[in-house]
Amino acid sequence: MELVVSLGIGVLAGSGVWLLMRPRTFQVIIGISLLGYAVNLFIFSTGGLRSGAAAILSPGEVGSLELYADPLPQALVLTAIVIGFAAMALLLVVLIAARGLTRSDHVDGREPER
Amino acid sequence: MSAWPDHLVVAPILLPMLAGIATILIGDRSRAATIAAGFASVIGLVVLAAVLLALADAPVARAYRLGDWPASFGIVLVLDRLAALMLMLAALLGLAAFSFSLGRWARAGAHFHPLFQFQLMGLNGAFLAGDIFNLFVFFEVMLAASYGLALHGSGVARVRAGLHYIVVNLIASAFFLVGVSVLYGVAGTLNMADLAARMRMVEAEDRGLVEAGAAILGIAFLTKAAIWPLGFWLPSTYAAASTPAAAILSILSKVGIYAVLRMWLLLFGDGAGPSQGFAGAVLTVGGLATVAFGSVAVLATQNLARLAGASVLVSSGTLLAAIGAGQAAVTGGALFYMTSSVLAIAALFLLIELVERGRDVGADVLAVTREAFGAPEEEPPEGEAEVGIAIPGTLAVLGFAFLACALLLAGLPPLSGFLAKFAILAPLLGAGPVSATSWLLLAALVLSGFATIIAMARTGIEVFWAAPAGALRRVAVVEIVPVAGLLLLTVALTLAAGPAMEFMQRAAEALHAPHGYLRGVLDPLP
Repeated sequence: MELVVSLGIGVLAGSGVWLLMRPRTFQVIIGISLLGYAVNLFIFSTGGLRSGAAAILSPGEVGSLELYADPLPQALVLTAIVIGFAAMALLLVVLIAARGLTRSDHVDGREPER
Repeated sequence: MSAWPDHLVVAPILLPMLAGIATILIGDRSRAATIAAGFASVIGLVVLAAVLLALADAPVARAYRLGDWPASFGIVLVLDRLAALMLMLAALLGLAAFSFSLGRWARAGAHFHPLFQFQLMGLNGAFLAGDIFNLFVFFEVMLAASYGLALHGSGVARVRAGLHYIVVNLIASAFFLVGVSVLYGVAGTLNMADLAARMRMVEAEDRGLVEAGAAILGIAFLTKAAIWPLGFWLPSTYAAASTPAAAILSILSKVGIYAVLRMWLLLFGDGAGPSQGFAGAVLTVGGLATVAFGSVAVLATQNLARLAGASVLVSSGTLLAAIGAGQAAVTGGALFYMTSSVLAIAALFLLIELVERGRDVGADVLAVTREAFGAPEEEPPEGEAEVGIAIPGTLAVLGFAFLACALLLAGLPPLSGFLAKFAILAPLLGAGPVSATSWLLLAALVLSGFATIIAMARTGIEVFWAAPAGALRRVAVVEIVPVAGLLLLTVALTLAAGPAMEFMQRAAEALHAPHGYLRGVLDPLP
């Protein structure tokens, strides 16, 4: 499972970084989304990868990370997703405004001279 | 936990939040009510910050446990001298920028007042946060509001600069999250004090991972602080932002410095074992490079707003290089420098708009550079009538304020800028053999001051002496009072340099030997 998750994070992050380097605003925003997914998966994986583990303690048992999934990274990733989503929505609005004002979807607001 | 001073710690977050909500609810129905809510908040924040500054001057940091959970499980807010100092700076800038915005800027676009209040809430929360995840959350609150404020007034230049600003900060936030989760994965805690206490127990094989996590976190902080080469976004964003927004943004870059100061000294300060002083050289070298880049930018620019943006770079670089020295006495000087330069840069940002008003915007820019810098800034729509009365002798008052800003930023006597640079250099050059880095820092401080004075003199001649006759500027009292207030504060800082400097030294010593911080947060309540 570790291999699959780390490959997934790597592919997402790599594609995200590649798209970030592109000159069109649409590519940049998709790049930021992919990078955000990679980061969220990464946060999730820092709690240890374990399938079928309960998140909440049962009465009378001693809590141990051997038996239970760590709930804290899950709380963190939830917050990170919400914040990332809001920031992405804001970026989309600015992107559309920039497209309308500059009549270009280049990140610098003007086409490069050739 | 029931005594009222304990609950004051959370008030700097609650007050602007409530004011922000109130201004949203009032909306456009009553301008007077909106302004009253805003004023109540910013004046309340200054009073609160003064009380907290007095409370914080104690050997043990004051922790506020939300929900009264023990610190390593629950959320804590921590008030120590550094946090109180930053709260004070944010409150003063908030008051000045808010009064200034009433002149005309608050009407240049929608939702100025709520955004402004949430900006203050994010700033105060970031200074008080006691764990790194809440630091992240308040960073995002602060940034989300700053995106709105940077775009306030709209226009091509603002949207273009704002797009770069948002993208850079979103990427920095991704770094922030990766750093936070690496630290959590190794140490198993997010509380800053708990992290510092566990640093000693990290095993040798995990030490590399901790250092990598801290370094990734550092990239996020240093992007905010605009260290070279992560700071290219700063001058164009600050130059394009509307004036009150730019003034409040000038403390935003200092939030990055604050976070570096706090986390670096907690994690890698005294008693951190083998990792002690990790990456100090990076801070010094990066800081020096930033000063060099900022000085060149100061000399190269022919636009007042970009000049102020470049001064932010110089001040950030100076601070980082001084912090990188890793000595408590130098850090104390750096705190004094930060106070002086934040006030001066905010005053300069406010002043620029007053000076440029009534002139052909961009008249001092050569046609070629205007082309390169993009279209000239758009004037805000004229309101029905200017608020307040215009003051007489405008040109003389503005000229005098400009002179004061120049002296402060270049670090010339008699104002506090000089004392601040002296306070940084004196401990470095004091006793024993002087290291090569100290000489470099001395050279950087003197040369950057020289570059600043050349640039400011050139611009001053251009603006005040070579201005076409008859270009009368109309300046409302409500707009010049904040500028004068900020400059008078630096005069007060100069006159009260002794007590102020002692406070900064105590703050710096508490940062370098954080027993008081750890005890305040981790000890169970009696």
